[in-house]
Amino acid sequence: MPLLEIQKLTHRFAGLCAVSDFNFAIEPHELVGIIGPNGAGKTTVFNLITGVYRASEGSIKFEDQELVGLTPHKITRSGIARTFQNIRLFKELSVLDNVRIAHYGQIAYTPAEALLHIGRFRAEEKRITSQALDLLSIFKLDEMAGEKAKNLPYGLQRRLEIARALATKPKLLLLDEPAAGMNPNEIIQLMEFIGWIRQTFSVTIILIEHQMRLVMGICERIVVLDFGATIAAGLPAEIQNHPRVLEAYLGVEVTP
Amino acid sequence: MSNSSDTSYSALIEKWHMLTGTRLFWAVVMIAGIAFCIAVDTFDFVDLYLQLILIYVGINIILTVSLNLINGYMGEFSVGHAGFMAVGAYIASILTVHVFPPNAQNLLFPLAILAGGMAAALVGFLVAIPSFKTRGDYLAIVTLAFGMIVKSILENIDAVGGPRGLLGMEKLTTLPWVFFWTALSVWVIRNLVYSNFGRGVLSIREDEIASDLMSVNTRQVKIIAFVVSSFFAGIAGGLFAHALQFINPRMFDILKSTDILIMVYLGGIASIGGSIIGAVIYTILLEILRPLGIWRMVLMPLMLVLLMIYRPRGIMGMKEIRMFVPLRDFVTEKLWRQKKKEAGDASA
Repeated sequence: MPLLEIQKLTHRFAGLCAVSDFNFAIEPHELVGIIGPNGAGKTTVFNLITGVYRASEGSIKFEDQELVGLTPHKITRSGIARTFQNIRLFKELSVLDNVRIAHYGQIAYTPAEALLHIGRFRAEEKRITSQALDLLSIFKLDEMAGEKAKNLPYGLQRRLEIARALATKPKLLLLDEPAAGMNPNEIIQLMEFIGWIRQTFSVTIILIEHQMRLVMGICERIVVLDFGATIAAGLPAEIQNHPRVLEAYLGVEVTP
Repeated sequence: MSNSSDTSYSALIEKWHMLTGTRLFWAVVMIAGIAFCIAVDTFDFVDLYLQLILIYVGINIILTVSLNLINGYMGEFSVGHAGFMAVGAYIASILTVHVFPPNAQNLLFPLAILAGGMAAALVGFLVAIPSFKTRGDYLAIVTLAFGMIVKSILENIDAVGGPRGLLGMEKLTTLPWVFFWTALSVWVIRNLVYSNFGRGVLSIREDEIASDLMSVNTRQVKIIAFVVSSFFAGIAGGLFAHALQFINPRMFDILKSTDILIMVYLGGIASIGGSIIGAVIYTILLEILRPLGIWRMVLMPLMLVLLMIYRPRGIMGMKEIRMFVPLRDFVTEKLWRQKKKEAGDASA
């Protein structure tokens, strides 16, 4: 049974069809890449899965539960977490708080207990803080726990965003252009890093990327989008020489 | 030489911070404070005018801290805080004037204040609903409209005196009660800020969409913030009505909301210590400058303009006086490192 199954997904922005008739399925522990030229609708697919937009048509099923119509926090709690193309950390808050906020759904005390600092409050805060610090130490960010997120260097901000996403305890992790703004050397490190995350946290990963090196290097399967429609899908080697993919990226040869 | 005195000074500061983080310290401060207020109230060794100013300082602290929850911590811009205050003031006054028996006024006064707070909280819940879909300037307009609605409803109910207002309250707001409610509101709002829901409030200010995607139930957080904030505005309204012994709808118009806004931005957004400083400075300065007459209203705005130029985030903007931060927030990290080190030693 697939972990995530998308059927006939279509989304229109005031007449513009951003995603049309998109079908997709991913099995547990797979690592699949979604590629395509700018404006192909890749991020829109992520926004539809996570509930930022409500799909115009079609269905998205996660572990057999329909996601279309659910609010983003409910979808996140059911086990889907994501990062963003342009980093969206809580800039003015500490690194620790960034990760603690992602534990919101896992706290067992009520607002009344929080207002009066009674009951389960102390024990729960201790548990969440200790979990968050453990997670930060896995990502080698614990030294900066008290630092404001905006003061971190770019690479660490990207890493913190992944840590924050994993703090929601996802089964499926959506990475939106994790290699944006990285040099070839950093991309090689990132490839190892993503593989390591997949092993350590045993998550299924969907990856949006522009960097062919990264996608070809680690993805087991690739889906190519153009103008909101799937133009090719298959193994990296097949995609590399797929005529329609070359066409989408490089254009059509003009025969004189 | 200077180095060693530096370290001993910082060690002293550290000791002071550890002390202010203990429950015993706060218990002593609270008991001393309430004892002082009761002494002032019974023996009248402080000038009555000065007592009244202290009462206004307390009420303004409640208003500022509670508005800071919305405008500072949540990053919205509410201009209807006086509306919640009006609801609290009217409900509490109706109870003490028309409902409660005259011989049990003192006993039932806290209940009247509480009821005023509850009524305001209920209205705050209603205002939270448009905030689900609207934010920024548009939510500011919603709160502005809310303030106007409250004012015109009150002006059109003859039972509460219409535009002439309501009087007949006894002077039930005493210094000890003001101290109690002020301490309670500061404590509760601080507790909220340093909890899971408080972090949710902050994350909405930083990035609402990211917050929702990180499993924060933004609607729940907004409801909690608005209900708590308006509850305390209602409490402040009840205290205000029973300090002045007369209220009319015009007292709770946009100018009153502006006053509270000024105190918030003077003290600094997203800071409890700042809210207290802002409320104290503004209230006392207004009194000190009273002899200047109409010029006071020229001087105060001028000071605000200068403040916004030289300290655009207010006196304590986005910073906190450390005594208001729970000690736990400082020691957990330390304890965690210790534990980690011990675990490392054990395995080695």
